[in-house]
Amino acid sequence: MSAPVAVPAFNRRGVWAIYRFELARFGRTLWTSLITPVITTALYFIVFGAAIGSRMGAVDGVSYGAFIVPGLIMLSLLTESIGNSSFGIYFPRWTGSIYEVLSAPLSPFEIVLAYVGAAATKSVILGLVILFTASFFVDLHIVHPLWMVAFLLLTAVSFCLFGFILGVWASSWEQLQVIPLLIVTPLTFLGGAFYSIDMLPGNWKTIALFNPIVYLISGFRWSFYNTSDVAVGISLAAVLGFLLLCLAIVWWIFRTGYRLKN
Amino acid sequence: MDPVITLNGLAKTYASGLVALQPIDLSIERGEIFALLGPNGAGKTTLISMVCGIVTPTAGQALIDGHDVVRDYRAARARVGLVPQELATETFETPWASTRYSRGLFGCAPDPAYLERLLRDLSLWNKAHDRIQTLSGGMKRRVMIAKALAHEPAVLFLDEPTAGVDVELRADMWALVRRLRDQGVTIILTTHYIDEAEEMADRIGVIDKGRLVLVEEKARLMKQLGKRQLIVQLTEPLSELPVALAEWKVEFGDDNAQLRYVFDAHREHSGIPELLRRLDELQINYRDLNSSQNSLEEIFVGLVGRRQGEGR
Repeated sequence: MSAPVAVPAFNRRGVWAIYRFELARFGRTLWTSLITPVITTALYFIVFGAAIGSRMGAVDGVSYGAFIVPGLIMLSLLTESIGNSSFGIYFPRWTGSIYEVLSAPLSPFEIVLAYVGAAATKSVILGLVILFTASFFVDLHIVHPLWMVAFLLLTAVSFCLFGFILGVWASSWEQLQVIPLLIVTPLTFLGGAFYSIDMLPGNWKTIALFNPIVYLISGFRWSFYNTSDVAVGISLAAVLGFLLLCLAIVWWIFRTGYRLKN
Repeated sequence: MDPVITLNGLAKTYASGLVALQPIDLSIERGEIFALLGPNGAGKTTLISMVCGIVTPTAGQALIDGHDVVRDYRAARARVGLVPQELATETFETPWASTRYSRGLFGCAPDPAYLERLLRDLSLWNKAHDRIQTLSGGMKRRVMIAKALAHEPAVLFLDEPTAGVDVELRADMWALVRRLRDQGVTIILTTHYIDEAEEMADRIGVIDKGRLVLVEEKARLMKQLGKRQLIVQLTEPLSELPVALAEWKVEFGDDNAQLRYVFDAHREHSGIPELLRRLDELQINYRDLNSSQNSLEEIFVGLVGRRQGEGR
């Protein structure tokens, strides 16, 4: 045996190996990964869109069924991004097989790129599948399709990074669940997925503005219907800000070896 | 000589203040089997983990083929394969997918022919497409070895390769390690089984409480510290040691019916014939003689024990 001598500056084969490996798991668990969220979303449409929605007036000139589509996609996108990504890095930490990734000639950037890239790919596919499902229930037209895709991608990447951090931080399966359940899900429900924050009474509207998810859903809804709770520029800044924050934390994790190398 | 690994003052202190490893200087020659011997918690795994990039050193430097494991980690890590102590496999994958993944991680172009040969060598080929979770413990360990060899490393680290492995598998593992060495792979194994080090290694490093106590060629270690002893089982116990036996420094053994004579295994004259003649002259009758060589285990216990004595 001889050692491979040429070592490229970017280990594309290594990144591809992780990316492929992670997507292969997605393929194996296609039923739970994809069908479950689709069924859940379809149920939301039946309950909120058809049953309750038919008794509700249009919001900002958009029928209630159509109004909740961007919020529902965001709801799934956030949950799935965090879930997929945190599981992706926590599972090898839990089984111990993470040793191999850490001992491979991969830079922190490459490791994050591969794991977060794979998780974000799954989330975006899921978001598009939900969008497609929604088109059977409501009449959809997207005013700013490019911005829609941009928000979808940015949100997926940001929250996959957040999930990565969570997966590195967690030291038990419970800890892995607790942040999504106790913080993210409530914030998403209160983030205007099912209503415009203009519908909230005075003080609650102010409080809602402290919820970062409001900006995501608002921006995403703007890309569909050109109406929003907050200015789209602020939404975009909020997503980018969150992305940068997560990147900074990931950078710190690798610089200090936090929970990975000690 | 041409060292493949050079450690210069490599040390680790954990954030908790625990000193896992005192500064270590060590060179590993290309193509040798080096055994790191020491009790549990001595720092063997910490040392390996630092060289492989899993634990960040707090001081010193480790070079693999001249590449620093921290600054030039890509080149360094590409040359190293690691089989950790704990069984940690991708349970839901197959050995084939898992080794292909490992090869990719290390940036190597796919080579199905090589991977097939590797799995055949490790007697895993007929299980190549079964889920790893369905394999036996011994097979899982071989899967981990296959993964570590998937990128054709020049150096292979085996952390406690036979811990919790039955006798038959242990012999297989030893045969495998020799075969790898014959193929030119340098092997560093850690073990707390003395017989394993004695059986396999070209050189032995004894590590205890985070300190590398000694590094020596196995043969020389045995020679230097290898003493033989003769036990003379007497027919009648003696009340005291006869003065006439003083020149042999004979001692009582387990009781007064047993004489122990310790001598250097490598001296030309053992002194045994003279001792037996003297016993005849003194009319001390014996019914059994037993001579044995100190095992590495006794040497090791002696070394560690001496250090503990010094520490007090």
